[in-house]
Amino acid sequence: MPVRVQEGDFDISAEIRALRAGRNDVGAVASFIGVMRDFNEGSGVTELTLEHYPGMTEKALQQILDEAHGRWRLQDALVVHRVGCMRPADQIVLVVALSAHREEALAACAFIMDYLKTRAPFWKKERTPAGERWVASRASDDEAAGRWLGGEKP
Amino acid sequence: MATVQLLYFARLREVLGIERERVVLPEGVATAGELRAWLATRGGAWTTELDTKRQVRIAVNHDLADAAQPLSDGDEVALFPPVTGG
Repeated sequence: MPVRVQEGDFDISAEIRALRAGRNDVGAVASFIGVMRDFNEGSGVTELTLEHYPGMTEKALQQILDEAHGRWRLQDALVVHRVGCMRPADQIVLVVALSAHREEALAACAFIMDYLKTRAPFWKKERTPAGERWVASRASDDEAAGRWLGGEKP
Repeated sequence: MATVQLLYFARLREVLGIERERVVLPEGVATAGELRAWLATRGGAWTTELDTKRQVRIAVNHDLADAAQPLSDGDEVALFPPVTGG
């Protein structure tokens, strides 16, 4: 399953092992893990709740992977995103890209994260000493996703 | 007459106080943008939150849509704030 949304934690070693199983043509494995920080926008954060749109989330993530496959020669790619309640230092998201060469694996990994940040229907609500608040989207995320629109390729 | 299922997520769901509803589109409401403008006429938080100056994303049948996207009978239309996953 190239796309998974789950409440439980994930193990990057197990995920990469499963993705690489039976393949001898992989020369590069690029991965990214998003982790929960204990601070955001100037205040401490003790808890994070991640909401999503079941049905659309899986479709949006699959579309992002399909687009990555169209841009780079990837043997496989994977996204695992957690939802529900999380605490500081918890893993939130995993992206893995397999390719024959590192440039393509690294670029695909960055692309998938940039697009996930602006297109996949997840929302974060964080608990701070002042109470709960929804995390605001960042213009820098839109800019990061926008840099791929010019057909930029490594 | 087209009937659509509306879904609200995250901050929008909380502020509007509603998770989902089924609505019959009135005359002159045939696109995602027109639906948003029509909902904004409900007053109160609806008017504030769905104002054109506010960032609201719309998905039709699980795909992000722009204001010109036509709506059809049976569509699932979701309204939500910009996404913040990852």
